[in-house]
Amino acid sequence: MTIKGKKKPRLLQGNEAVVEGALAAGCSFFAGYPITPASEISEILAYRLPQVGGTFIQMEDEIASLGAVIGASLAGAKSMTATSGPGFSLMQENLGFACVAEVPCVIVNVMRGGPSTGLPTNPSQGDVMQARWGTHGDHPIIVLAPSSVHDSFEITVQAFNFSERYRTPVILLSDEVVAHTRETVTLPEPDEIEVWDRIRPSMPPEWYIPYEDTSRGVPPMGIFGDGYRYHVTGLIHDVRGFPTARADEIEPFMQRIHRKISQHFHDIQIVKHYMTNDAEIVVIAYGSVARSARRAVLDAREKGIKAGLLQLVTLYPFPRREVVGTIRNSRVVLVPEMNMGQISREVKRVNEGMTRVATLNRIDGGMITPQQIYEWIIKE
Amino acid sequence: MAEITKLVHKYLRHDKKFPHVWCPGCGNGIVLGAMIRAIDRLGYSKDEIVMVSGIGCSGRLPVYVDFNTLHTTHGRALTFATGVKLAKPELKVIVVMGDGDATAIGGNHFIHAARRNINITAIIINNNIYGMTGGQYSPTTPYGMKATTAPYRHIEHAFNIAELAVTAGAVFVGRGTVYHARLLDRLIEKALLKRGFGVVEIITHCHTQYGRRNRMGDAVAMMNWQKEHAVRIERAADMSEEELKDKFTIGVLVDRDLPIYTEQYNLVRKQAQEQASRQ
Repeated sequence: MTIKGKKKPRLLQGNEAVVEGALAAGCSFFAGYPITPASEISEILAYRLPQVGGTFIQMEDEIASLGAVIGASLAGAKSMTATSGPGFSLMQENLGFACVAEVPCVIVNVMRGGPSTGLPTNPSQGDVMQARWGTHGDHPIIVLAPSSVHDSFEITVQAFNFSERYRTPVILLSDEVVAHTRETVTLPEPDEIEVWDRIRPSMPPEWYIPYEDTSRGVPPMGIFGDGYRYHVTGLIHDVRGFPTARADEIEPFMQRIHRKISQHFHDIQIVKHYMTNDAEIVVIAYGSVARSARRAVLDAREKGIKAGLLQLVTLYPFPRREVVGTIRNSRVVLVPEMNMGQISREVKRVNEGMTRVATLNRIDGGMITPQQIYEWIIKE
Repeated sequence: MAEITKLVHKYLRHDKKFPHVWCPGCGNGIVLGAMIRAIDRLGYSKDEIVMVSGIGCSGRLPVYVDFNTLHTTHGRALTFATGVKLAKPELKVIVVMGDGDATAIGGNHFIHAARRNINITAIIINNNIYGMTGGQYSPTTPYGMKATTAPYRHIEHAFNIAELAVTAGAVFVGRGTVYHARLLDRLIEKALLKRGFGVVEIITHCHTQYGRRNRMGDAVAMMNWQKEHAVRIERAADMSEEELKDKFTIGVLVDRDLPIYTEQYNLVRKQAQEQASRQ
């Protein structure tokens, strides 16, 4: 998706841009619970949603928030919640429900330092593995990471689009630096934004088989009240939505919900290349760290060092093909992260000895600066 | 086939693989029948009903009926229902929960849904035990009784679900039993008609997990227990404390009017839009 702006530039915070992106994508329902550093998203939507005929509600906790979001989505509303680490932990239960019942929704996690109450006002990228594997059982998931205010807008729209197109929860993994940085951005006009809606059934209701396989693996979605009465459950179910314990029904179901993501990797896996073509030193980064890395790479190029940046926008499904293709001809790969090494494990996993993978980790509550990455590149 | 059975069949899902999961003699079927009779009498269409449940024996109830049905996670049924109702207020949202579901794991959601006065009907089937998982004590297991997790005796005190609902702000609270089937029909009907958060607590028996362990006999004996221990609330007013010992009241505990969430939120929308148009 490319966005060209015609409108007046605005000074926005990352969290505000998430709100703008959500509204541009057609979000009409938000349920959340206060938490730093995500509360601005709730506050602004409490003000904005009723203006456009939407609904905001502050629930009693994050478990309830995601429950309400799923309920609203089943009734046809594009729905979202926003939280940070401790709240995201509480959401894992209903996140699994949304995966299994295939309910589109967007969950924003503005990452702060963890574990537990951790560092409420400091940035971190410690929730990457939780975003992928936090809810129990094998499940497909889409995780996207914005790195700037403009990204926060664009990728929020993308998150809604993926959730609707693939009938899946999408996690927007922002961080405290991205969320609270204010910068001037020019947002696109509504007609410049591509918005996707879920595919609804078009056959007569008596012919509707709610979880039947399709060529895309994504069944059309009936909405409560529109005549397609069906059963929604967190139990593993047959094509009609009814609980099953039959191996010949469980296996195809589990395969399909994974296949609907894996057969669309080309669409879902978004990366951005900065001078990686001839790069001997490749930096792989995401979120606010990707911006520091970009500066460091530009500085290194000025010194004549062949450095490049591969920015991961999609963290999961992990963009293996792009990563392998980019690091194949490099001398060394650096994965800087504000955690003990989470995406670097994925890079090492797909590397299979092609090149050397180094890590640069920061867990003291501070952000990774361009200088830190630059110094590492210079030493190499 | 009796007329009453014919009516229930009209609302069952015939493509679902019966038999159901409940034990012979279970009261859940009586609850389901009462709900269907109330829905039928009030003339709701199948498309406008959304039936939501949590986890447990009660959680399986919606799968058998031909409405929009939603079987959620344990204790969270009211949160999902809140989202459905707010996104599409024209739908009639009915939530079925068990005692553990609604007042242990979902206790927080229960009191907040009541406080918010969201226009939902909550049916709570209270059998004093966790039946599906094998007879562990629940928040309504009485003091001194036995459960698989209280093999000696239970030392906690039970919640009074209906009183809890009254205190939390529900605008309609009724209590019935599966023995008093006609009263149950009327209570559910009243709760469905009530504008706001309506609660019906239904005392039922779990002879398999609770009655057997506590020597209360079979399903029939336990229904007789309900008959002997239930007192109409109208009659209870004239009875002494001594007479009411070991008894529980049935009937309408509360019927009052408070502003409804969805209507209030419509006013918020109007205010927001007026303010925005002035800017």
